[in-house]
Amino acid sequence: MGKKMERDSIVMNENEAKEKIRHFLVKFIKKFDLKDDEDIFESRLVNSLFAMQLVLFVEKEFKIKVENKDLDLKNFNSINSIFTFIDGKKSA
Amino acid sequence: MRIELTPQQSKQQESFKHFVDDEIFPYADDYDQQQRIPMKTIKKFAEKGWLGVTIPTENGGLEMDTISWGLLCEEIGRASSSFLSLITVHYMLCKALTSWGTDFQKEYWLPKLANGEILGAFGLTEPEFGSDAKNVGTSAHFADGDYVLNGSKKWISCGQIADLFLIIAQCDGAPCAFIVEKNTPGFFVEPINDMLGFRAAMLAELRMKDCRIPEKNLVGKIGFGFSHVAAAALDSGRYTIAWGCVGLGRACQEASISYATERKQFDNYIKDHQLIQKMIADMITNVKAARLLCFNAGYLKSTKDPQMIMATSIAKYFASKMAAKASSDAVQIHGANGCSSLYPVQRYMRDAKIMEIIEGSNQMQQILIARYGYMGI
Repeated sequence: MGKKMERDSIVMNENEAKEKIRHFLVKFIKKFDLKDDEDIFESRLVNSLFAMQLVLFVEKEFKIKVENKDLDLKNFNSINSIFTFIDGKKSA
Repeated sequence: MRIELTPQQSKQQESFKHFVDDEIFPYADDYDQQQRIPMKTIKKFAEKGWLGVTIPTENGGLEMDTISWGLLCEEIGRASSSFLSLITVHYMLCKALTSWGTDFQKEYWLPKLANGEILGAFGLTEPEFGSDAKNVGTSAHFADGDYVLNGSKKWISCGQIADLFLIIAQCDGAPCAFIVEKNTPGFFVEPINDMLGFRAAMLAELRMKDCRIPEKNLVGKIGFGFSHVAAAALDSGRYTIAWGCVGLGRACQEASISYATERKQFDNYIKDHQLIQKMIADMITNVKAARLLCFNAGYLKSTKDPQMIMATSIAKYFASKMAAKASSDAVQIHGANGCSSLYPVQRYMRDAKIMEIIEGSNQMQQILIARYGYMGI
């Protein structure tokens, strides 16, 4: 089991969080074997609205606020980086 | 599932309607003819706090719920599409700053935008770039601690009177967004008049020639100006336009019923002719359908659901098409009277055409909607 993340007083583990992220991403990039460290922007399959939807997804699903200072592709370019970003926000 | 307004929303709706009936509706044709909205009317609107409906309370706004915000736009749209345009672009700037502004930008600018001390506008479209917005030609480069902007923006609603602009540019090929004050040296505003519709929206062309703005005016980060900053603003714009089209459709419906009830042909009121009834029935049905799509988009916005973006595009697409058809039928019902300045329906028809073009043309909405349909989302 990986790191643990507090969410509405329910403890959620890393695998569960990554599975939620993967489930959201594959709807857009149609790659069902998406690896945790695979760069989703390199696929060039995501459109311009995807970026905003990704922000809305992480905000709603993980109850965090994505802010000006968080705008960095490194925070959003793979399942691993999205998880690390969310984990960092939750821990802050 | 319940689709009904809360008591608070119903109360707000009454308040919006009362204001619009008193302050905007009777004068909307004058605005259209004079091609401007009086500042005193904008001031009265601002005094209600309604320029800050989307701004968080901590920044001086009302932080109104998304449905009430929509109801306000519906009432404004019923009276004047030009006034709707003014608040649309103001809210777009507010949304961009609320979502992606720095702490300083939020604390400094949002209270002024909320109380109407300043008016905002949105500068994306250029003479050569409309729907192809990601390739705007306005350039920005960093020099001696400032960003230097060069380029021009066209068809900018409220451009003649706005104090603060959100300008989308390219910095070394990366999309970026900046706030620019109207009095900045190198920033020029040229009024555009005699448009088909939205004639009182006080459109302008903006020119930037070595326009230096401080680094702190960058909104978001370099590279995120379109995908995040402009996209947030456009989503807000589509939402207000969608609701405004519901209002415009209602205006067509109300004007048509009123006229058909008074106008006699062949010894009968034209409301009793079945071909007139067909047009009015379609108006009533399609206005209600558009409003339900707006409720859906508003609900998804209130829960910050990722589906809200497509729901808003769909609402804007359907509602603007509805307004175009309703206004065309309203003119048809009015006959020659409808083509004259004696009745407002000719204005409704001219304004409705603009609704199909602004904040992403309907063809761009169709492409997006179809693409999402193919994805099975």
